Amino acid sequence: MLVDHNSPPVPQEGAAPPAAPSPNARRAAGLLLAVALLVLVTAASVAFGARTVPPGHVLHGLFHSTGTDDDVVIRDLRVPRTLLGLLAGAALGMAGACMQALTRNPLADPGLLGVNAGAAAAVVTAIGFFGVTSLTGYVWFALAGAAAVSVLVYVIGGSRSATPVRLALAGTAVTALLQGWTSAVELTHGAALDRIRFWQVGSLAAADVGTVRHMAPFVAAGVLLALAVARPLGALALGEDTARGLGARPALTRLAAMAAVTLLCGAATAACGPIVFIGLVVPHAVRRITGPDMRWVLPYAAVLAPVLLLGADVIGRLVTRPAELQVGIVTAVLGGPVFVALVRRGKVAAL
Amino acid sequence: MTPGIQPPADSAGPSGPGLASGPEVDSGRLRAEAVTLAYDRRVVAEDLSVTVPDGSFTVVVGPNACGKSTLLRALARLLRPERGRVLLDGQAIGSLPAKQVARTLGLLPQTSVAPDGITVADLVARGRYPHQGLLRQWSRHDERVVAESMAATGVSALAGRPVDELSGGQRQRVWIAMALAQQTPLLLLDEPTTYLDIQHQIEVLELCADLHERGVTLVAVLHDLNQAARYATHLIAMRDGRIEAQGPPAAILTADLVERVFGIRCRVIEDPESGTPLVVPAARRPTGANAAAARPADSPAP
Repeated sequence: MLVDHNSPPVPQEGAAPPAAPSPNARRAAGLLLAVALLVLVTAASVAFGARTVPPGHVLHGLFHSTGTDDDVVIRDLRVPRTLLGLLAGAALGMAGACMQALTRNPLADPGLLGVNAGAAAAVVTAIGFFGVTSLTGYVWFALAGAAAVSVLVYVIGGSRSATPVRLALAGTAVTALLQGWTSAVELTHGAALDRIRFWQVGSLAAADVGTVRHMAPFVAAGVLLALAVARPLGALALGEDTARGLGARPALTRLAAMAAVTLLCGAATAACGPIVFIGLVVPHAVRRITGPDMRWVLPYAAVLAPVLLLGADVIGRLVTRPAELQVGIVTAVLGGPVFVALVRRGKVAAL
Repeated sequence: MTPGIQPPADSAGPSGPGLASGPEVDSGRLRAEAVTLAYDRRVVAEDLSVTVPDGSFTVVVGPNACGKSTLLRALARLLRPERGRVLLDGQAIGSLPAKQVARTLGLLPQTSVAPDGITVADLVARGRYPHQGLLRQWSRHDERVVAESMAATGVSALAGRPVDELSGGQRQRVWIAMALAQQTPLLLLDEPTTYLDIQHQIEVLELCADLHERGVTLVAVLHDLNQAARYATHLIAMRDGRIEAQGPPAAILTADLVERVFGIRCRVIEDPESGTPLVVPAARRPTGANAAAARPADSPAP
């Protein structure tokens, strides 16, 4: 009995679109464009700021620094700040993409599993009780807090038998608990409050070379781990049984993805505060361009998230010169309407 | 478990061949040896031994909750047996590397999720998973296998379309194409026709028969006894977690077996279309003034 698929009146609505450029070629071209955009934004981040530095002096500061005021601004302030923005942006974008794939929730942000709350609680504790004041001091507390909460959420969520829903619920519960702690410390330690508030808004302003150096290995490890779980996460997106039928190992994949999110988000949060919005909106927007294949979503998110973060930072430096607006505020103000537009367009398309 | 898709077939005709359970088949790459299956210690089936004959189209039938899907899950190593073992090529399936199993044994589960906005070609391409690795993400060969799988299931024309826009029958063919792209000599299907209307049920079963002719060993759980009898080369009938009979449909499918397994009285006649056994439930006995009219019937013929 051979199948003749045309004999039963199967409605084959509309033939396939003509084989124009292959989807992968289109995605690769888009990625190149995104990289070009990132280069542009990076240049802007070095060139513009509260202090007006002529282009010639910018280059001088970058390549032949002799210690003039402009050189110092470029080398000790703007370059580390830009590097931090690149690292933190890429980390948050990839962490968000992983989190959304892991929980199969298109609106998950990297903080969903309590990573940010854990980092925040640890930083607040460090400032309030241990008198830690320097950023390099927070970094370790924030990372430890993020890691501890990740492990806790994983265990509460059912360890090897964890499901996305259980993980998200556990994360929400732990976040609520930690937020209570964070608020309590803030209210009872008035002196620490200002510093904490500043950190919580999210800012790149406190960057120095040391912070970047502390963060880089964590982000690098997180990036590698995230790229390694891209394909398994893609298999997992087809449902648990299908994934196992394909030879994926869901428990291991979830564990690795959580570890990647902790490394990426923990490091970014430690250095510049919980700027979760980037991790929510960028992967969401990226999927509109690439489709759901994580092997494309992750690189796109890694490039476009720093574009948004650095772009917002540059704007924040310029609009209220010589004061500046924290990047966390600007990303929300900029990204919010874009996100609303995305969500609305999605609804229309789905109808 | 599932919405009744169709009533049993039309009536009339003499009884079919009546035989005892078929002989146990020994040559099979996939077999279960005395497995006890349980969910959270709730035992669903005990001491099952099943061999999937190589090159067969094996169909598992039985009433709802008889353990047939559970058996399939165990064969697909989705469920670890409490006791006994499932063997693939002579080795305990749970001890083999996941990807190695996935290169030998494909699976179409009841519940699959198509990610939002994924295209048919991209979904089928995910069937290449067990053949890929960190350093071997995608190759020309993968590309060709995906194209062939789509051609074999008749979905090539849909390649660029989002899966969410397809009809139920088309979607099921796409999932089968994905399982095909896995290029496994064995393919397990858990109720592949559920939720499809009769036209698409036949379409999917014809596709399975087609794959079987190409040499794929198939194991499917089906609800419809007559469809099972028509397409299967090897039938496994289950009730209450036990295997009542296994063997070629013509050899084991008797009125007695149907009564034991499904608890209905029937006659088994020869299917006028295919010559396979056809189960015809007994007419309703007139119990009072209302003489029972023959029930409306759907012909299973395509």
